[in-house]
Amino acid sequence: MNRPEDEPWLVRPRSIRLLWRIFWAVLALTVLLQVVIKVKGYFIVDGWFGFGAAFGFLSCVAMVLGARVLGYMLKRDDTYYQAGEGGDD
Amino acid sequence: MTDFLPPALILVAAAILIGPLRGHLRSAVVLAAPLLTLWAIWQVPDGVVTTAPFLDYVIEPVEGSPLRRWFATIFALMAFVGGLFAFRQARWYELAAAYAYAAGAVGVSFAGDLITLFLFWEVMALFSTVIVWSGGTPAARAAGVRYAIMHLFGGIILKVGIEGVVVHTGSIDIQPMMATNFDTWLILIGILINAAAPPVSAWLADAYPESSPTGSVFLSAFTTKTAVLALILLFPGESILIWIGLYMIMYGIIYALLENDARRILAYSIVNQVGFMVCAIGIGTQMAINGAAAHAFAHIIYKALLFMSAGVVVYRTGKSKCTDLGGLFRTMPLTCICGIVGALSISSFPLTSGFTTKTLISQAAIDEQMLIVYFLLTAASAGVFLHAGIKFPWFVFFQKDSGLRPKDAPWNMAAAMVFFAALCLFMGLFPETFYPLLPYPVEYEPYSAGKVLFYLQLLLFSGLAFFLLLPMMRRTLTISLDFDWFWRVFLFRAGQSLVIGAGKVREEVATALLAGLSQLRETARRYLGASDPDARRGVFASAWAIGTTAGWVAVLLTVYVLVYFT
Repeated sequence: MNRPEDEPWLVRPRSIRLLWRIFWAVLALTVLLQVVIKVKGYFIVDGWFGFGAAFGFLSCVAMVLGARVLGYMLKRDDTYYQAGEGGDD
Repeated sequence: MTDFLPPALILVAAAILIGPLRGHLRSAVVLAAPLLTLWAIWQVPDGVVTTAPFLDYVIEPVEGSPLRRWFATIFALMAFVGGLFAFRQARWYELAAAYAYAAGAVGVSFAGDLITLFLFWEVMALFSTVIVWSGGTPAARAAGVRYAIMHLFGGIILKVGIEGVVVHTGSIDIQPMMATNFDTWLILIGILINAAAPPVSAWLADAYPESSPTGSVFLSAFTTKTAVLALILLFPGESILIWIGLYMIMYGIIYALLENDARRILAYSIVNQVGFMVCAIGIGTQMAINGAAAHAFAHIIYKALLFMSAGVVVYRTGKSKCTDLGGLFRTMPLTCICGIVGALSISSFPLTSGFTTKTLISQAAIDEQMLIVYFLLTAASAGVFLHAGIKFPWFVFFQKDSGLRPKDAPWNMAAAMVFFAALCLFMGLFPETFYPLLPYPVEYEPYSAGKVLFYLQLLLFSGLAFFLLLPMMRRTLTISLDFDWFWRVFLFRAGQSLVIGAGKVREEVATALLAGLSQLRETARRYLGASDPDARRGVFASAWAIGTTAGWVAVLLTVYVLVYFT
C-alpha cells in the first residue's frame, strides 16, 4: 500500500475531502445565485427557486432506481450469449 | 446539367487507392481526400445540379441545400479526423472501408432522389459491416453478421417502400411526406432501423463495441446521422417521431446505466442522443429542425471524441470493461482530459457544443408549449450527465486504481482528439459562428444568465446524485437483455425446437415407410421369388417349359386378333 503522499494529489483522502467541500459550496452557490439571477419559468414551475437543482437530482435518483429495477429483470452474466444459452455463436 | 460530379466520388477514389498505395503516399491520400471533399462540398450550389438517366428514371445524384451541405460537411470532417486518428494504427482494409462508408454518407447527403439515396444507403450498410468485421475477433465476426442481417433487412424494407412510392406517385423526388400509407410507413421504418429506433436499437450496442479501437470512431458517426438527415428531408413534423425519440432517449440512459463495457456505454448514449434529434424532427418547427441539424453536427464531434478516448484506452490496455479499468488519469492525462471535454459536451454543459445545440431542441419544445416533452427532455439532459457525462470518465479514468499504467495516446490519435476537443469548445463558446450555417435563420441566444444557471443547477445536482448513488451503480460483469433476445435466443430456440420436432416426425415417417417397404418386398418375394437363384422361386419367376410358353403366346395372339377384328 502506497503512502498517501506517493499517490497523485487527486486521490489522496485529504484532497478528496477538500474536493467534496468545494463541490458542496458550488452546489449551494448555484442555488443561492437564483436570488439575484432570475431563471425564466416557461411552464411556471421551472422558474421556482431551486427547481433545476431539485428536478435534476430527483430525476437522476428516479432513473438510477428505475434502471436498478429493470436490471433485476434484464441483467445477465456477460457470457450469456457465448455460453451456448444464446446459441448463435 | 451533368457537369458537377458528386463530392462523394473523391472519397470513393480514396477508398480504392488506400489498398494499393503504401507508406507516405497512402497517408497523404488518407489525409488529403476528406479535405478535398470538404472543398467540393462547399462548391455545390443550391438546387439540383446533376442529373443522369438511370433505367427509366432521371436521377439527381447532386442536389445542394444548406441542410445537405451542413451534414456533408460534418461527414467529411469526420472522415478527416477519423483518418488522422486511425491512419497509423488501423489495417488498410478498415481504412478503405471507412472511407467508402464516409463516401456513402456524403452521397446520401446530396442525394436528390430516392434511388440515389438508396444506393448510397446500401454502400454504407456494406462497408460499415466490413468495419465491424475488422475488429478481427470471433465476437466481431458474429456481431458483424447480425449487423449485416439487420441492415440488409432494413434496406429491403426501405426499398419496398421506395418502390411503392414510385409506383403510386410516379415521382422519385425526395420531398417531405407523412407516414399515412403502407409505402411511406415502410420508408419511415427502413430509415428508423438505421437510426437505432425501438425495437431494434440493440444492433448498435451489439456491433459498435466489437469493432477495433479505430473502427468504432467511424461507426459512431455515419449510419445514425444519415438516418437523421433522411428523416429531416422526408418526415419533418411527423409527430410519432416525438415519442419514438423520447423512448430512445430513456432507453439509452437506462441501458447505459446498467452497462459495464465502456464502449458499450458510449454506444447506448448514441441511441440516447439520436433520440433527441428524432424527437426534434417530430416537433418539426424551424427551430426544432435547426436543433436536430446542429445537434447532429455537434454530436458527431463529441461522440467521436469519446470513442477516440475509449479507443485509445482499448488500444493501450486491450481492456474496455469498467470492472477492469480505473485510475488511468495518472498516465493518460491527455486522453483523460479529451474524454472529459467530450463528456461535458454530450451533457450539454455550458460553454460546450452540446449546450449551444441541444438547448435549441428544448427551446423548440417550449415554443410549441409541449410541457411533457420539455420536462422529459430536461430530465433526460440530467440523465445524460449521469450515464455518460460522469459515468464514462469516472469509471475509466478515476474510480479505483486498476494498477494499469499504459502510455498516453500516440501522436496522431492525440492530434485527432485535441482537434475535436477544441471544436467542442469552439462551438460552445462561439455559437454565432455556426448558427448562420443552419438550414433556417436562427433567432436564439443560448447564453442568458438564467438559462445557464438553470442548467448548472440541473447538471451539478445530477452529479451529486451520481456520487451519492455510487454504491447502487457498482459495476458488475453483466450485459442487459434487449429486444434482440427475441431473435438471438427466442427465435433461435423456436427454430431449434422446430428442427428437433421435424427430425422426430421424419424419423417416424421413415420408420413407417421402411416397415411398409419391407412388407411390400415380402409380398413381391412371395409372388416373384427371391433374387437368389438357388432359393425356391415364386410363381412368375420360376422356369417354365417351352411348350407351355408357346401355348400361352398362341392363346394371347388369338385373343388379340379376335379383339382387333370385332
